[in-house]
Amino acid sequence: MNQRYNFPDSSGHFGKYGGSFVPETLMAPLEALQKAYAEACSDASFQGELARLLKTYVGRPTPLFFAEQVTHHFKGPRIYLKREDLAHTGSHKINNCLGQGLLAKRMGKTRVIAETGAGQHGVAAATVCALLGLECEIYMGTEDMRRQELNVYRMQLLGAKVTGVDSGSRTLKDAINEALRDWVTNVDTYYLLGSVLGPHPYPVMVRDFQSVIGREVRDQILAAEHRLPDVLLACIGGGSNSMGLFYEFIDENKIRMVGVEAGGRGEKLGEHAVRFMDRVGGGGRPGILQGTYSYVLQDDDGQVALTHSVSAGLDYAAIGPEHAMLHDTGRAEYTAVSDQEALEAFQWLSRSEGIIPALESAHAIAYLKYLAPKMGKDQIVVVNLSGRGDKDVAEAIRLTEKKE
Amino acid sequence: MSQIDAVFATLRNSERKALIPYFTAGDPSLNHTYAILEAITAAGADLIEVGVPFSDPLADGPVIQRASQRALASGTSLSKILALVGKYRRSSEPSSGQALHQRNSPPIVLFSYLNPIWQLGIEKFADQARESGVSGVLVTDLIPEEAEQIKKTFDRCDLDLIFLIAPTSTDERIRKICSLARGFIYAVSRTGTTGTRDSLSGDLKNFIARIRKHTPLPIAVGFGISNREQVATVWECADGAVVGSAIVREIERSVEAHSGKIPTEVDLAKRIKGFVESLIPPRL
Ligand SMILES: Cc1ncc(COP(=O)(O)O)c(C=O)c1O
Repeated sequence: MNQRYNFPDSSGHFGKYGGSFVPETLMAPLEALQKAYAEACSDASFQGELARLLKTYVGRPTPLFFAEQVTHHFKGPRIYLKREDLAHTGSHKINNCLGQGLLAKRMGKTRVIAETGAGQHGVAAATVCALLGLECEIYMGTEDMRRQELNVYRMQLLGAKVTGVDSGSRTLKDAINEALRDWVTNVDTYYLLGSVLGPHPYPVMVRDFQSVIGREVRDQILAAEHRLPDVLLACIGGGSNSMGLFYEFIDENKIRMVGVEAGGRGEKLGEHAVRFMDRVGGGGRPGILQGTYSYVLQDDDGQVALTHSVSAGLDYAAIGPEHAMLHDTGRAEYTAVSDQEALEAFQWLSRSEGIIPALESAHAIAYLKYLAPKMGKDQIVVVNLSGRGDKDVAEAIRLTEKKE
Repeated sequence: MSQIDAVFATLRNSERKALIPYFTAGDPSLNHTYAILEAITAAGADLIEVGVPFSDPLADGPVIQRASQRALASGTSLSKILALVGKYRRSSEPSSGQALHQRNSPPIVLFSYLNPIWQLGIEKFADQARESGVSGVLVTDLIPEEAEQIKKTFDRCDLDLIFLIAPTSTDERIRKICSLARGFIYAVSRTGTTGTRDSLSGDLKNFIARIRKHTPLPIAVGFGISNREQVATVWECADGAVVGSAIVREIERSVEAHSGKIPTEVDLAKRIKGFVESLIPPRL
């Protein structure tokens, strides 16, 4: 028998990655969070309430849809889409927000802060805060506010305060810096981090709250196909929708797990968000950013690089520490597609299946053209369709018109 | 005994307290940094904290964020800062023949985020810091639980690894930190980022007393101290006061006053010397 996968260790390390790299001021609130989370994990009433709301409020389980047109197009493996776009608020982000929101409530918190890139996490956080009666402030880079304008209005409508962040590249990384500055000042506030990033216990906690995705996929694919899939495919920003899909299957060594990063518009540092680019000059190396040790896009002096992606949710210089370990051990594979390929997949899935994917999720869809032709007809692929694309329509039109 | 220990011992013997100015290296250029080091020394600093600019200074308020950006824009890197500190240390009492880390100019404490040090390599950094006459290093985002390897390397090179203690730190954490700390303890005056505050925390005395129960090391207080009155208040209960953002803001004002054109090194140094002198309460 193989040893079962058992990460992170008690202090949040995934092999050599992860851990806690924060100013001392944040250690007391982080230790309190660890303790509260551990207690909630073994509290049946907390788990019962979470399960009830996932079902009646979020609308879980989300469907596993057999994508017949997509399958037919490649004439290869049978391709299924896990429909996280149909979860309340339109993406997987709500799974984590509901879990952490209930935890915040349990800890007696009254104020919640969060960062957001694409705005999907911000919307989900604002939604849960409205549901649970918590005050909510969202930090968002001003570049992201421009390209995800619809989500800014949604957050405001839900009663959240949206605070623009004007530093750095004015995207997700800068929003996280500002949220951390708020937290280090207001240590009684609950920081609702949106991906498998940051100091312990966030990477493990967010993964756990997202792992409902993979658990549902196991039941659904067994019901539909009487067997497990051959490949799991997901896009990777910080890495939460992918970990949510992968984690359930991590001990099934025959199942390939493939993560798709944002290839942006070129290979030069600054033009993409490919943390695992092996090519010289890619700039992704192990380093410390925003509380954790993982792969970080940076220059030779250890200054964090600017990134670019058409998709705000993938436009980030670091990646969750668990992915860093899975990359080094080879358990998961990582690849990338370009802005252009993602935009094409965005349009193609809309027309072929009547599903408008988020530009983030479109990265996973786009990779099918490299993956599917190498697979047999008797094989099965599950793609995590992490979110819906309504938020991206205006930006996609702008980018397509610019080209024409 | 490290040079930092020696400085605090001398101060203690004469019942005096330390003034510890902080500023960001490379703001607005490394040549200015050299001039500022000399100016601050002449103004009577007991130790000097030199900030290493980082692209993502998440523990810093707007003033030091802007300084970091100016410094990075001028091409500053950790290696260049180490070379500059070496030059500064060599310039003091050149005839004394002592090793650089024993010279009589105020000891230099580097104040950095972990990633620039990590990318240079812990061993290489420690050797170079030692060669440059750096006395201590404070890493903003390094907690004792993650410090084992760094601590070992620094101990071998006789570099003092200095830790922060926050008002939120539990007694358990204070004990853990004090068991690893060398040089002095940096007590963070209140929660929040760096930056000037109108008033100091009323609990400062209790906070310092709580730390003293766990360590004989001297305690310096920083974050938010910006004028002579506040320095005097800190000196009543702690062993040193760190003034950072107020000095960095003064550097920024000087840059602004030249409407974007960088002031000469002489002008800036003069201004900063005057400002640091104005921070020192009458010594008893
Ligand atoms: C729909 C959608 N998918 C994916 C992501 C990327 O995040 P993660 O890698 O944590 O799933 C985001 C982030 O905003 C998103 O909104």
